[in-house]
Amino acid sequence: MLQGRQTWVFESKPVIAGSAAVGGPFESKCALADDFDMFSEDLWLGQDSFEKAERKLLEHACEIAIKKAGVKKEDVEFFFSGDLINQIISSSFTARTLGIPYLGIFGACSSSVEGLALASILVDGNFANNALAATSSHNAACEKQYRYPTEYGAQKPPTAQWTVTGAGAALVAREGEGPRVVCATIGRVVDMGLSDPFNMGAAMAPAAVDTISAHMRDLNIDLSDYDIIATGDLGRVGHEIAKELLKKHGISLPEEKFTDCGKIIYKDEQPVFSGGSGCGCAAVTTYGHFINRMKKGELKKILVVATGALLSPMSYQQKEFIPCIAHAVSLEM
Amino acid sequence: MSDKKKKKLTPTQQEYQQLAKSKEPKRPIVLNTVKAFFTGGLICTLGQAIKTVFVNYFGFTEETASNPTSAVLIFISALITSLGFYDHIAQWAGAGTAVPVTGFANTITSAALEHRTEGYVLGVGGNMFKIAGPVIVFGVFSAFVVAIIKLIIQGLGGM
Repeated sequence: MLQGRQTWVFESKPVIAGSAAVGGPFESKCALADDFDMFSEDLWLGQDSFEKAERKLLEHACEIAIKKAGVKKEDVEFFFSGDLINQIISSSFTARTLGIPYLGIFGACSSSVEGLALASILVDGNFANNALAATSSHNAACEKQYRYPTEYGAQKPPTAQWTVTGAGAALVAREGEGPRVVCATIGRVVDMGLSDPFNMGAAMAPAAVDTISAHMRDLNIDLSDYDIIATGDLGRVGHEIAKELLKKHGISLPEEKFTDCGKIIYKDEQPVFSGGSGCGCAAVTTYGHFINRMKKGELKKILVVATGALLSPMSYQQKEFIPCIAHAVSLEM
Repeated sequence: MSDKKKKKLTPTQQEYQQLAKSKEPKRPIVLNTVKAFFTGGLICTLGQAIKTVFVNYFGFTEETASNPTSAVLIFISALITSLGFYDHIAQWAGAGTAVPVTGFANTITSAALEHRTEGYVLGVGGNMFKIAGPVIVFGVFSAFVVAIIKLIIQGLGGM
């Protein structure tokens, strides 16, 4: 049901019956390593290209999520997926392997929540019993897509971020055990005129704040109900800016409640500059870490605001600014 | 955003950019310069040592020894790139590894490695000069312009 201008409230509260977080070798040493379902010790996952490796990650995540939900693959009616590779091939090729009717989405790093919101809408509206939402990113494949060759020696500034090699999947079902999807706020594209692709956190922070304030306005709530409000991949730099912006909007959030997946995913000693990024960042943190904490009873209600920078290497070279988006989804246990 | 007028930022955008700028950690320029100075210097010293070897043991002259010296440095750079740790050294050294011939070798090797999965002809062949290409194009072009200027000055009786 639509509430306010851009928020969907799911009356039946669909359940995330199964979720999975899969990571690469670098992620196996990250701060949230205990919350992953599987790691690959090899960045190639036994494949002969990074693109194929990313696909494997996504396949593993989907299979684990389906298995954990205790359903059969044939019972999953629809599959939403998005990634960062051109023409979202990781998603489409994974859909080919899974054989589940598929809708490809692109919201850059906001794809995880975009997929989860759409899957919840299908289940809530009785258009599906089980819908799978997944997303992935691969550090080397993404570097190749957006920046330079992986082995190219370019010095990155401290505002740069490290693309997470990982995939996350969530199976949204009508019935089952697990966190429930309460509502979702779909963001609008915000462009603050930033153009530095090595400072995505600063570009995306206004989009996150815009969606958070829309969420509050539409539902007419303050954010005190939430135990955690986590943005997707703003990193340390973007997170500081988002805090400042929220303050300017008159939204006060306690320090311990407002966090960012890109900021918490890696350990401080890991050389990731400002923090993690990529589709996999918000996905593995939410589907691994946050959902585990909800199941343990540490968190009752959370808001995940996945942020995406909607640029392409071409738009950047043509001197365009970086338009950004953020989608929020509220989960409760 | 195609027309130039739209490129002008609104007051809200300007205000935000100021805020973003204030929160942005600065590149440690002085430290980077010092690191670049020492690594760059180290590579040049290594080059000089190789050159001395060529002159003293392989019968090259001061002038002809430059070519095999560059070749050895290029080989070392390509090898380190292929073994996968050139980029880590470069993150530390910055311009120190980028400016000498090692940096140029790295751009070509890394691009060739990266596109190996797309095949030897269209992948490696088509992409290996992706980063080095502009350097060659504008390097040759500026050399050409400088040569023309030199010729004109000579023709006018200068030099």
